[in-house]
Amino acid sequence: MTTTLEKTFSPPRKPRVAVTPALRKKGRQARALVLPALIFSIVITQIPFLVTIYFSLLNWNQLRPSEIKFAWFDNYKVVFTGPDFLPSLISTVIITGSSVVLSLLLGLFFAILLDRKFFGQGLARTLMITPFLVMPAAAALIWKWSLLDVNVGMINFALKLFGVPAVAWNTDFPVLTIIMMLTWQYTPFMMLILLAGLQSQSREVLEAASVDGAGPWRTFQFMTLPHLRQYIEIATLLGSIMLLQAFDPIAIMTKGTGGSKTLSYLLYERAFIGLDVGQAAAFGVVTVVVTIAVASIALRTLFKVFIDGGER
Amino acid sequence: MRKTRGTLITTLTWFLVALFFFPIGWMVFTSLKSEGDAASIPPKFLATLNFDQYAIVFDRGMGSYLMNSFTASIGSTLLVLLLAIPAAYALSIRPIKSVKDVLFFFISTRFLPAAASILPVFFILKALGALDNITALGLLYAAMNLPIAVWMMRSFYNEVPMEIVEAAQVDGASLRVELTRVVLPILLPGIAAVALICFIFSWNEYFLATLLTTFQARTTPPFLASFVDGRGQFLAVLSAASTLAVLPVIIAGWVAQKQLVRGLAMGAVK
Repeated sequence: MTTTLEKTFSPPRKPRVAVTPALRKKGRQARALVLPALIFSIVITQIPFLVTIYFSLLNWNQLRPSEIKFAWFDNYKVVFTGPDFLPSLISTVIITGSSVVLSLLLGLFFAILLDRKFFGQGLARTLMITPFLVMPAAAALIWKWSLLDVNVGMINFALKLFGVPAVAWNTDFPVLTIIMMLTWQYTPFMMLILLAGLQSQSREVLEAASVDGAGPWRTFQFMTLPHLRQYIEIATLLGSIMLLQAFDPIAIMTKGTGGSKTLSYLLYERAFIGLDVGQAAAFGVVTVVVTIAVASIALRTLFKVFIDGGER
Repeated sequence: MRKTRGTLITTLTWFLVALFFFPIGWMVFTSLKSEGDAASIPPKFLATLNFDQYAIVFDRGMGSYLMNSFTASIGSTLLVLLLAIPAAYALSIRPIKSVKDVLFFFISTRFLPAAASILPVFFILKALGALDNITALGLLYAAMNLPIAVWMMRSFYNEVPMEIVEAAQVDGASLRVELTRVVLPILLPGIAAVALICFIFSWNEYFLATLLTTFQARTTPPFLASFVDGRGQFLAVLSAASTLAVLPVIIAGWVAQKQLVRGLAMGAVK
């Protein structure tokens, strides 16, 4: 039924040809093929992180660059006893979590709507994916100044038509503003993946179900949803990876005010607005540890879906 | 009865799609107005349209920022392809022993918040005199996109029929011939998908660009914010700059929708 999925998710392939010395040589060559990518990735992503760990053990204020000395774990004490880390962690969970859930639900809704044959289906789909393509910085600026502005914003104009007074979205509801913006950008992403899932369903099986007297809701519940499960998992995982690191709308729209200071914004603020390098690095290290801890659960699922073939 | 219901659902679908597309349509519309019309309350749905704002945008030097964006995006995409095509080959067609470890390593680097290692990157680039340098930015983008590219490429390789590869091996083809003559031609659509995704992510990147460049190597995303200033009206000119900034990616995405879907799902869907 889903040959493509099974093929892409299949475990590493084993060559069926007998192993000859020539093949063994090719095995060595194969290892040489992966090395450049590995080394490049290690040099650019891992070495800076090791340096971050080193920085986190220093007492280093940029105002007094001559007084750098070892502070051991003092900076970590600040992270865990200070007032910044926990609220930021909570903000990250709230903003990422609600954006993922909302865009997934909306994406599913749109996928179902666009799966039907109707007038202008192709155009509707094309228009619908556009928000995901828009540069986040541009989207944030347009939303902030052109749509959500108290005076000239189009959304406030529309609200006024219904008798609702103007709302200062960016300052009064920063968290909601960010979630709204991210949901708008990521609904198309979720929709695309779920739509691909819907379209890979076998029409005959669905028709057979309908001939057998299954109503549309029962067909959806017992056939479509189980079929979509893998697609939902992929969409959720990849969406979460991207949304977790969302930075642009926060930097542009709210600057981390009113509970919208996610970990990635907190790290930025510590590193480039605060002057304490050691402390900023400690915040970074703790964030990475927390992220990896959460991500390892996600990674395990990712591997189950992509590499081990997944359970059906 | 059934037909009216169908029409109703179609109307609802189109209404919701229009709602989702509205911010983009409104941005383009605003970019063609004068500043006065753009900021009028109630909003003007009819106005004289012209390209004046675009002239202003280019006067403020947007051309060179767009060029920087192209350089960083295309350069980093080429580098990613150069690294990912062979690497993924060794993870699929001729799997090395530690396939899983390597894949795990790559994807875990994608989970690292860029903000966590930005300080060392900043200091290292500063020491090398490579701040505000488009090559340095391109290299960072390549590292940022490499994990996704490797995963995507691997899933495309997995779809190459093994019989073809085996036939080439029996014929005694060298690894190079096997890769360039036998496998790559089948892979071209997949490579296009990888390239498109890498280009999009690099083009839209804001965080590194805003922190590591100032003027010479400034790319489009951080430049856009400079249109927001306290003096007077800026909605129309901001919309014009934003429209120009999002255009390349939107056109590429529209043209290559199919590749886009496969790419975004890391090759998991067709």
